[in-house]
Amino acid sequence: MSWFDDWALTLAVFLPVVGMVILLLIPRAEEGAQKLVALLTTLVTFAVGIGILFRFDYNRAGRLQFGVDKSWIDVINSRYHMGIDGISLPLLILSMFITVLCVIYSWNHFPEPHNPKAFLALILLLEVGMNGTFAAQDLILFFVFFEIVLLPMFFMIGVWGGPNREYASIKFFLFTLFGSALMLLSFLALYFLSDVHTFSIPALSALHGSGIVEGTQTLVFAGMFLGFAIKVPMFPFHTWLPDAHTEAPTVGSVLLAAIMLKLGTYGFIRIALPLLPKGAINWAPWIGGLAVIGIIYGAFCCLAQTDMKRLIAFSSVAHMGFVMLGIATLTDFGINAAIFGMVAHGLITGMLFFVAGSVQHNFHTREIKRLGGLLVQAPKMGWILGFCVMASLGLPGLAGFWGEFPAILSAFQPAPGLSDVVFRVYMVIAAIGTVLAAGYLLWMLQRVAFGTPKSEFEDADIHDVGLAEWIAWTPMLLGIVILGVYPNLLFSLTNPAVEHVSRVFAR
Amino acid sequence: MTPNFDFHALAPEIILSATIVIVLVADLLFADRERWQTPRIATIGVLASLVPVITLAIDGTNRVMFANAAGSGAYVVDPYALTFKALFLVAAYVTLLVSVDYIGEGDYYQGEFYFLLLTSVLGMIVMASARDLITIFVALETISIPTFVLAGWRKHDPKSNEASIKYYLIGVLSSAVMLYGMSFIFGFSGSTLLTDIAQFASATPDVAPLFIVAIFLTLVGFAFKISAVPFHFWVPDTYEGAPTPVTAFLSVSSKAGGFVALLTVVYVGFFPSVNSWQPVLWVFAALSMIVGNLVALRQTNIVRMLAYSSVAQGGFILVPLAVAQDGRASAASLEAVVTYLLIYAAMNLGAFAVVIAVSRRTRSAEISSYAGLGQFAPVLAILMSIFLFSLAGIPPLAGWYAKFMMFRAVLDAGTPWAIVLGVIAAVNSVIAFFYYTAVVRQMWFKEPAIEGTRSVEIPTALGVAIAICGATVVVIGVYPQLFGRLGELARF
Repeated sequence: MSWFDDWALTLAVFLPVVGMVILLLIPRAEEGAQKLVALLTTLVTFAVGIGILFRFDYNRAGRLQFGVDKSWIDVINSRYHMGIDGISLPLLILSMFITVLCVIYSWNHFPEPHNPKAFLALILLLEVGMNGTFAAQDLILFFVFFEIVLLPMFFMIGVWGGPNREYASIKFFLFTLFGSALMLLSFLALYFLSDVHTFSIPALSALHGSGIVEGTQTLVFAGMFLGFAIKVPMFPFHTWLPDAHTEAPTVGSVLLAAIMLKLGTYGFIRIALPLLPKGAINWAPWIGGLAVIGIIYGAFCCLAQTDMKRLIAFSSVAHMGFVMLGIATLTDFGINAAIFGMVAHGLITGMLFFVAGSVQHNFHTREIKRLGGLLVQAPKMGWILGFCVMASLGLPGLAGFWGEFPAILSAFQPAPGLSDVVFRVYMVIAAIGTVLAAGYLLWMLQRVAFGTPKSEFEDADIHDVGLAEWIAWTPMLLGIVILGVYPNLLFSLTNPAVEHVSRVFAR
Repeated sequence: MTPNFDFHALAPEIILSATIVIVLVADLLFADRERWQTPRIATIGVLASLVPVITLAIDGTNRVMFANAAGSGAYVVDPYALTFKALFLVAAYVTLLVSVDYIGEGDYYQGEFYFLLLTSVLGMIVMASARDLITIFVALETISIPTFVLAGWRKHDPKSNEASIKYYLIGVLSSAVMLYGMSFIFGFSGSTLLTDIAQFASATPDVAPLFIVAIFLTLVGFAFKISAVPFHFWVPDTYEGAPTPVTAFLSVSSKAGGFVALLTVVYVGFFPSVNSWQPVLWVFAALSMIVGNLVALRQTNIVRMLAYSSVAQGGFILVPLAVAQDGRASAASLEAVVTYLLIYAAMNLGAFAVVIAVSRRTRSAEISSYAGLGQFAPVLAILMSIFLFSLAGIPPLAGWYAKFMMFRAVLDAGTPWAIVLGVIAAVNSVIAFFYYTAVVRQMWFKEPAIEGTRSVEIPTALGVAIAICGATVVVIGVYPQLFGRLGELARF
């Protein structure tokens, strides 16, 4: 099976390209064949992911595995260097997993204008970028994959989106592009500042930024911070997110929330912290501060929303605030919580967007005011919404809890060199944020699911959860329960890798 | 002393000159219905000139002609020259493919078109080898004068006349300014050979202010040719009025010709006299990016938009050159400029080829006429999106690598001024993205404005041209190493 170890990541990243090319060759009229090719491609890709899960050496989760290191652009010393460790593995699997479910959900939920061929091709292209970002171990390769994600999402929002789609799509693209331009400058600066002249992430991580003075580190970190923080998104760079989410088609929202937001936080853990530790320590209080502002600000915005999707979008800002707070503590405890939070948020918020999409599909509106009595008209969907809301507000026993609670706790004792007082204040504010989260989520649940159906929908033809939805949703719901009951499944995987990152701060 | 002629080294020029004569005579002799043969002869001639370029590259020895005692000559065939000769000939081939049907179906067929086009190309391949002020000047005029006529080729269209006159007047003015500057340089250094000028510049650290003025005037002349701001005023009107294939030629080949001249003069001649040329180019680069991009935002005509975009792209190409003397950046800068020029040629020619193809159906160059192109011509729309996103520098399309090399040179230089220029470039690439996507949004997000869903018919030659450009943009974007070698080759 050694060939599998050599080729697994390449297959995981580029199989969707193969599928996309086949898909594009199928005539436009044959929608059945198009759906089948897309489903098979994502399934085969996911099967590679399962293979990776089996072949992964869990005793050495802190080390890079499935490494590929081939020459790519020799002139600039950039290599085709891929590999995964305990940090990347869960996110990579999540990305493959969610993509399959999105294709299944799309089966009979294609948004207007109906064009399955183009829509599915974009999903596959998106998967290339997402998988590639989590597997890349070379800064330039990372940058390329990080950017590939933009194009399909831009088209997905712009072509299949809501009424305000053009504005939302261009805003999304401009924000991210601006961030990544500065990020690229930082990568290049790093290349020239380090003595080894390499873009290899493991090699640069091993240096821990030695040889780069503190002031420069702080400056270069700022560039990376902008690139990643816009993607996360952190307050005050979040304004593209509510627009993009509100206008995007359901599948677009799910992919955006479940995986694309994680590219930013992953970038912090994989690149910004290990490569520029001194810069990270200087920036950590600010990052933590912005994170808790995001938690409170996102919560208050949620309370003011009238649109279901927009509410969930702002709740993402709050939840990613917890993730960023965990990262900002620079402790292994906090970073583990952050990764758990990323996966949990992916599953839970992804599910919430799925349900919101199905609600819109049935009622043709997402106005919370006009909805009501979902439990009467579509009881199964109503219960699922209730379940996801509970998970999202951090009910113990479900996945959301293990992302939020340890992140708050980790702020009690941040890494040496960071002010305990400041972070304890953050801790208190974040804890208040969880109360607010319970408030806005339960309020939404109450208005949407409880009570009696509004008069305008009394006679409407409402379909409860259908077959495609059951197939797409059950694995996610199971995932939320399993991770909630047995969080160690993930923590044991991430911890050895996280220790590599946090070790440099522990001194 | 009799000059030694190396016929192998001169073979591309000789073959192309022969083709030019044949095209001119043949067009005279052909009966009307056989005139389609002329472009065929021109195409074969261009491809035949590529053969010696390849054999010379395989041979690999640097050939110097008209050498002085020190062994440096006025006419040199080295990897740098060969790289650009290949670029010019391939670009000429694509331009011919793009032109054939446009010219053939036009109201006034004229075989002179090909004669003029090839003459301009001859100037370019001479330019690639020129290492002497007079040779450079002659080559530059050989490039320019035929294009003055080509711009006015649609002679019944007042806009085309305007294009030609404006271009001609400004072109002549710039030549005069440049020649004036060159005459001073000759006066100081006592030689027109670039290597002698470099010797003079490095031997006298405290050069006279007049020498700096002379260099400035020469650079201003080049600035007109590469349409750097503030010497870009002829560009939008000329690009809009000229026939679109000619516009493609002007914005790619002719512009690259100017850049090659600038590169050669700066690297071989003025390089040691850093304070004279570097600040000037810094200002040109910054202004070209800012003004070109901001004005492009407001355009409603796609050709004018691409005209301002090419001004802005010229600014990006100038960026590495403007920091070339700082730190260790010299080699990286040259590499960046060469790489950017090659990639720019592919993506800009591709974009213009699609504009020509679409206007066959819509008879319009307004950006609003691209509405719904994704529905009635999906393949063209995909390719146009590829070219535009590549111009915007989005991976994995070739443009990202060009921009990357530019940023790399900037950070390799590492001086505060270089970093400032780099940040200006970064902000500008975001602005540029906005107007490139304006077209993309029309194509994909809007409903078609014209009735019927009849698709666009693309003639074979045009299709081949688009395919060549599209394949280059995608392949280089995914595996830039292919052009990495070219960048390595092009060293002095």
